[in-house]
Amino acid sequence: MFFHPLGKYILLLIAVFRKPEKWNIYRKEIFREMNSIGVGSVGIIAIISVFLGMVTTVQTAFQLVSDLVPRSIIGSIVRDSTILELSPTISAIVLAGKVGSSISSQIGTMRVTEQIDALEIMGINSPGYLILPKIIAAVVMVPLLVIISVGLSVWGGYLAGTLSGAVTAYDYLTGLTSEFVPFTVTVCMVKSVLFAFIITSVAAYQGFYTNGGALEVGISSTRAVVVSCIMILFSDYVVAQLLL
Amino acid sequence: MIEIKDIYKAFGDNHVINGISADFKPGMNNLIIGSSGSGKTVLLKCMVGLHEPEKGSVLYDRRDFTRMSFEERIEIRKEIGMLFQGSALFDSMTVEENVMFPLNMFTQWDRKEKLERVNFCLERVNLARTNKLFPAELSGGMKKRVGIARAISMQPKYLFVDEPNSGLDPKTAIVIDELINEITDEYNTTTVVVTHDMNSVMGIGDHIIYLYSGKKWWEGSNKDIAHTDNKELNEFVFASKFTQAAREKL
Repeated sequence: MFFHPLGKYILLLIAVFRKPEKWNIYRKEIFREMNSIGVGSVGIIAIISVFLGMVTTVQTAFQLVSDLVPRSIIGSIVRDSTILELSPTISAIVLAGKVGSSISSQIGTMRVTEQIDALEIMGINSPGYLILPKIIAAVVMVPLLVIISVGLSVWGGYLAGTLSGAVTAYDYLTGLTSEFVPFTVTVCMVKSVLFAFIITSVAAYQGFYTNGGALEVGISSTRAVVVSCIMILFSDYVVAQLLL
Repeated sequence: MIEIKDIYKAFGDNHVINGISADFKPGMNNLIIGSSGSGKTVLLKCMVGLHEPEKGSVLYDRRDFTRMSFEERIEIRKEIGMLFQGSALFDSMTVEENVMFPLNMFTQWDRKEKLERVNFCLERVNLARTNKLFPAELSGGMKKRVGIARAISMQPKYLFVDEPNSGLDPKTAIVIDELINEITDEYNTTTVVVTHDMNSVMGIGDHIIYLYSGKKWWEGSNKDIAHTDNKELNEFVFASKFTQAAREKL
């Protein structure tokens, strides 16, 4: 039950990383996917990131009831929780919904309309042509989106804190810049790359092995999002356990 | 020439193909006919490697396709053109990009040469000046013709056609049949057509294989088919009262 799909997934990945037929065709596809996955997701990532920062600030301030704890800690907590957890993980879950479902339904539709068969007949390595550019594009663009997310989250926290009076601008910025551990950014980037790979490869796997018609394409798309989310959270824990 | 030898294919307990052998000669329209579920499309997919047969072999000019590695198969596949039942055009590409796609992948031609070949292929299927249209803007018959144009863009030695007339009106279906017939003659391709359309059978069936319960039940030409005493084939070919009446007049 578990090993059969895992084996198929690994075999698909082996096929994905075969030598491309023509690199310049793949390069064009990679840029197209970078635009679709990266540029096309900036809006949603920006919106959720600002609100993430705002909510984190307000809720942290709410829990700080002791006068012994300086208010500047709010800035540190927002910074670290954003970099270590919220930006990479929440962004990845949102991207699993947006990008993952799109990849799965696109490849699934190609499967049920015999477009993948047409590629195979032409002598093209269909997993490589369809999936490799998406994986490369996501692995490049998702970390960039997460960097944007971190910046906007911290700014959102500043906005909410100062507007609501939960923390002063000076305290927030003091907390933000004190005791910063650069390694947290490394953890953030490792997570981003890993999540990008999970989102694209799991969605592509679900789409590639779609069988049937429109209904099954929908089912594959839903399954792609569910499995990706579980895999993201599981690998989030594994990375945290290994690196921190 | 394509030779298939003792092909078996099953999906779980469902044995779809049970030991079929046949030869498909170049310059001929080789038709695989049979009722729905008889295994026609599965046999075709076994021949082109979209399904792996459990047993048996497929030989392209004596080259054993079934025993080849992925890389070796690519060389054979460059010699294959295929028209799918639903045309299988790439939705996100224009007609021109669809036909140019194999050329982009496998030739070192410059854009002008590729465009000349695309225009030649589109003119050949009577679809000149449709270059910039997307598949969604085409009728069923036009999609089939673009599919043919894409299939012939690399000048294939072997042409496979799956249900070329499905979903088409009788007049358009005849146009597609004639086009397949002309291309077979022009390029001397080994053409294999899966169909259950009797107009195709009578019109272009140089060599016909009738499948029944996953076995080769009858083999002959369109000239022989009207006079056969094969019970199952007669029930398939002369299924309607109209064709029965037509047979009596033959």
